[in-house]
Amino acid sequence: MKKIKINPNFQFQWEEKQNCYVLLYPEGMVQLNQSAGEILNLCDGNNNTEEINKILCKKFEIEDLTQDIKAFLEEAQNRNWISYE
Amino acid sequence: MNNEIKPPLWILLELTHKCPLECAYCYNQLDFANTKDAMSKEDWFRVMEQARDMGAVQLGISGGEPLLNKDVVEIVKKANDLKFYTNLITSGVGAPKGVVAKLKEAGLKTVQLGVQSHDKNTMTLITNNKSAYDEKIAFAKEVKDAGLQLIVNTCITRQNIHQVGDIIEFAESLGANYLEIANIQYYGWALKNVNALLPSQEQITKAREVTNYYRKERKDMKVFFVVPDYFATRPKACMNGLGTTFLTINPDGMALPCNTANTLPLEFPNVKEFSVDQIWNESESFNYFRGDKWMKEPCRTCDEKDKDFGGCRCQAYALTKDMNATDPVCIKSPNHGIINKKIEDSMIYADDKILYRNRLNSLSLME
Repeated sequence: MKKIKINPNFQFQWEEKQNCYVLLYPEGMVQLNQSAGEILNLCDGNNNTEEINKILCKKFEIEDLTQDIKAFLEEAQNRNWISYE
Repeated sequence: MNNEIKPPLWILLELTHKCPLECAYCYNQLDFANTKDAMSKEDWFRVMEQARDMGAVQLGISGGEPLLNKDVVEIVKKANDLKFYTNLITSGVGAPKGVVAKLKEAGLKTVQLGVQSHDKNTMTLITNNKSAYDEKIAFAKEVKDAGLQLIVNTCITRQNIHQVGDIIEFAESLGANYLEIANIQYYGWALKNVNALLPSQEQITKAREVTNYYRKERKDMKVFFVVPDYFATRPKACMNGLGTTFLTINPDGMALPCNTANTLPLEFPNVKEFSVDQIWNESESFNYFRGDKWMKEPCRTCDEKDKDFGGCRCQAYALTKDMNATDPVCIKSPNHGIINKKIEDSMIYADDKILYRNRLNSLSLME
């Protein structure tokens, strides 16, 4: 399974003032909701979908998040936020 | 401090108003020749730190030509260390050798390159600089070779509006990730030159059709098209409302809620005397256009006032001499006739000579 990383033309970071993760791109910004922020935070080139699922399930004490993660990552890829390597 | 004031998100540093190009629609002030480059590297650093502390995330580095400022690489590095998203807005002309690779190394995220035409003669006509064309192509190549994201900005006037299709193909050949085809808006230099620059409604309709045709064909390069507001029926939500989102700093340190706001009869503060926080939250000039207390009819009772905030204040002032008036672009404005007259005049006096944006012309306009 391929590792996932954020497209280098975007900049992903926690913003204290906004109390959320944001994704920055030329002259724009997306404020991410909690689940999107948590998933993207793990798209650092070290994890694949399965690993992201494992980490988040443990963190939030949930059985399985695969469907939600897959749905979000598909949308993120459509928007060119992430790539698989 | 007023808790309802949201922090600025977008900071634009105008490092210098010097520029090798002389485009007749430049958004710099008509009297730019009087603006001194008075900000040291440390001054820029301090402004960035203060703005970042307030929550600003986007940083534009512009001018004039920002690459003429010897500190530009260090400024980008500082911005990147502070976790700004960095946008360099450049002509690509007169760039020091090897600067692109250094900027990439410093953490620059994206380059916005002005490209006026795919055709060398048109480029020379618009910029009044014979080497602009070759230098821009070489610069674009350097940007792509460095692995940087390239955004091509094309300002549209009567001089190039017929070339939109060719320009789209040209931007693609340069490897642009985005292309913004922006009809210019008529303030400052552009307003001075409106007769020589303003396209007709027919030309704009055609250009938009061509853009839409290309846009469907292209998936890799995003293409945006901005219409000049003279042909709109409602004003644009200029700066998302003054003092809500955007802060620009002039080369002399003057802080403005929009690039041209110092054309208004207000006193704007200087970052050498006040902190960004004080300027944004406490200064009279930044608070003046917040909310709707300043509005006159028809804006005050208009159900669209929260959508367009009465339009552009600089345009209202330039055309009506009243900075609180409804932007005359709006067809509800009692002054809308001024716009129609401008459009008519631009056809009658279409042969007016271009007044290029340069130091001599700037000084002569101030006499």
